[in-house]
Amino acid sequence: MKVHEYQAKALLREFGVSVPNGEVADTPAQAREVAQRLGGRVVVKAQVHAGGRGKAGGIKVADDPAGAESAATQILGTMLKTPQTPPEGIKVRRVLVEQACVVDRELYLSMTLDRGRSTHVAMASPAGGMEIEEVAARTPEKIIREWAHPALGLQEFQARRLAFGLGLGGDQFKQGVALIRDLFALYLAKDCSLVEINPLVVTKDGRVFALDAKLNFDDSALYRHKEIAALRDIDEEDPLDVEASKFGLNYIKLDGDVGCMVNGAGLAMATMDIVKLAGGEPANFLDVGGSASPEQIENAFRILSSDARVKAVFINVFGGILRCDRLAEGVIAAVRKLGLRLPVVVRMEGTNVEQGKKMLAESGLALTNAEDMGDGARKAVALARGARV
Amino acid sequence: MSILVDKSTRVVVQGITGREGAFHAARCKEYGTAVVGGVTPGKGGTTHEGFPVWNTVEEAVDRERADCALIFVPPPAAADAIMEAAAAGVPLIVCITEGIPVADMVRARQFLAGTKSRLVGPNCPGVITPGQAKIGIMPGHIHRAGQVGVVSRSGTLTYEVVGQLTARNVGQSTCVGIGGDPVHGTSFIDTLRLFNDDPGTRAIMMIGEIGGTAEEDAAGFIKQAVRKPVVAFICGQTAPPGRRMGHAGAIIAGGRGTAAEKMQALESAGATLVRSPADMGATVAKVIGA
Repeated sequence: MKVHEYQAKALLREFGVSVPNGEVADTPAQAREVAQRLGGRVVVKAQVHAGGRGKAGGIKVADDPAGAESAATQILGTMLKTPQTPPEGIKVRRVLVEQACVVDRELYLSMTLDRGRSTHVAMASPAGGMEIEEVAARTPEKIIREWAHPALGLQEFQARRLAFGLGLGGDQFKQGVALIRDLFALYLAKDCSLVEINPLVVTKDGRVFALDAKLNFDDSALYRHKEIAALRDIDEEDPLDVEASKFGLNYIKLDGDVGCMVNGAGLAMATMDIVKLAGGEPANFLDVGGSASPEQIENAFRILSSDARVKAVFINVFGGILRCDRLAEGVIAAVRKLGLRLPVVVRMEGTNVEQGKKMLAESGLALTNAEDMGDGARKAVALARGARV
Repeated sequence: MSILVDKSTRVVVQGITGREGAFHAARCKEYGTAVVGGVTPGKGGTTHEGFPVWNTVEEAVDRERADCALIFVPPPAAADAIMEAAAAGVPLIVCITEGIPVADMVRARQFLAGTKSRLVGPNCPGVITPGQAKIGIMPGHIHRAGQVGVVSRSGTLTYEVVGQLTARNVGQSTCVGIGGDPVHGTSFIDTLRLFNDDPGTRAIMMIGEIGGTAEEDAAGFIKQAVRKPVVAFICGQTAPPGRRMGHAGAIIAGGRGTAAEKMQALESAGATLVRSPADMGATVAKVIGA
């Protein structure tokens, strides 16, 4: 799960990590009030779940409260388009108004899982403000990594090594070590999957703090962090994804026209792949799970066919725990309720397959049967193009 | 011959009184697996659907010489269940549970490092040696005893390849689902090593997916040590970057973990790459001359 920068910074503050003074605002008038309270120059930042805001015009500097109001007027309500947003952009609903500071150096600090080592890793780089992937590709020697002990966490000497690696000295070194320690405590305490401070800055007046903050959380651990789960902003997610998650379905909307409904994540990915190999484009990833009920199948069918771009549906199920007769029951119920607006290709294999095929045949619905994955993909792609099969 | 499990494996099911645990314990037993009973803390001394229930894994080991733990415990307590099985000295732990917090698995793995236990999973279908033992949630009837070892990060996609193999009368020595989580026990390399050393395995089918570098690591091992034909398929060739495709571990992050990188690494290590998931069975059959 992702959160907004202003929410991330509130958590950082809670854990003692220095961030600029600032408040969130929903309207230009509020932005003006916040700027008045803060005094002096401020930065007005669009709050969306995507990076690259600066270049897209989502971050503006204002000299006074009136300037903050006009910056907020320009940013609020616009569709912000960055390389990380959908092509149409994301609507800006809030801005963060913060005290501006005079930056001396921009650094990078992050914490995440190192899958290869099965433990947490802290990464620091004196090349802040850049994409870390770019730094890793161009100047890998500029990235310092410290792996936390899986049970004992990040040790003080490791925080010192990171701080030295960032080129911090004197009082700033002390501030840096404390910041790294506090940030790792936050990372662990809240089950973060990523903490990224880019940039971490040293100001002209010698302070070290998080100028930007990105926090992602482990979805599997949200059950034990109700306060984090409450920060979810569904306005930032695709409405169909949100609808699917209500029914325990794993749905990701894509750009193609062949709707896919599959059981299991691996088979669902493989189904997208085979649609592409057959010359089509998958409209979505949809995993109904290993033990879907007929109701879930019905909801899945409704959600994927409500995507206006979908021209044909390909149901590909290898029955294990999910029996083919239950799948057939769900598909028949969904089609009867919603009508058969689109051509539907069904490929079933596995547990109770004969029973499932019989049910579909006897339903009298004009479904297209497929012999195997390849056959199903070819038929679905052809139907999406308006051909008869 | 087979790897990891066979007729002699004695299974204790942790979480046996739950819906999934009870259902699958019965299916495993029906298949012929020696399921000796189950564990649910607080329900020790009772019987659940014909299976004796103990409070601790240790009791199951002491009383029934259980040497494999099959875990269906819900996510909040699953990592603890893994550690309990390891502390009881169970050599093979198969964890089916999906959705265990990553930080819990980081600690559980560290705990396992000090024991002699091997973990398969979590978030996996389990392990099956056709005709001998089914320890997991896979449909037993689609399998057939034979000489192809199958290792995969996915569940239903493994059933798909097994279905394709069996339809061509190509049997399997053992099928291992290593799971779709970013932190897990047995790796591709561990499983490839076991298959390579198993005289009953002639060829290996490996199914990977996007995310992480486990397939690239496996490619290095294949090049260096595997002396049997390896056929590989990687799913997620069309997955968009930055989105988690169902499995917690299936994500292209920072431009890394793409299917293309993995396919290239495996191909240059000498594995036979399958482009279409419809051709997995046929390719294996061709490679072994069946």
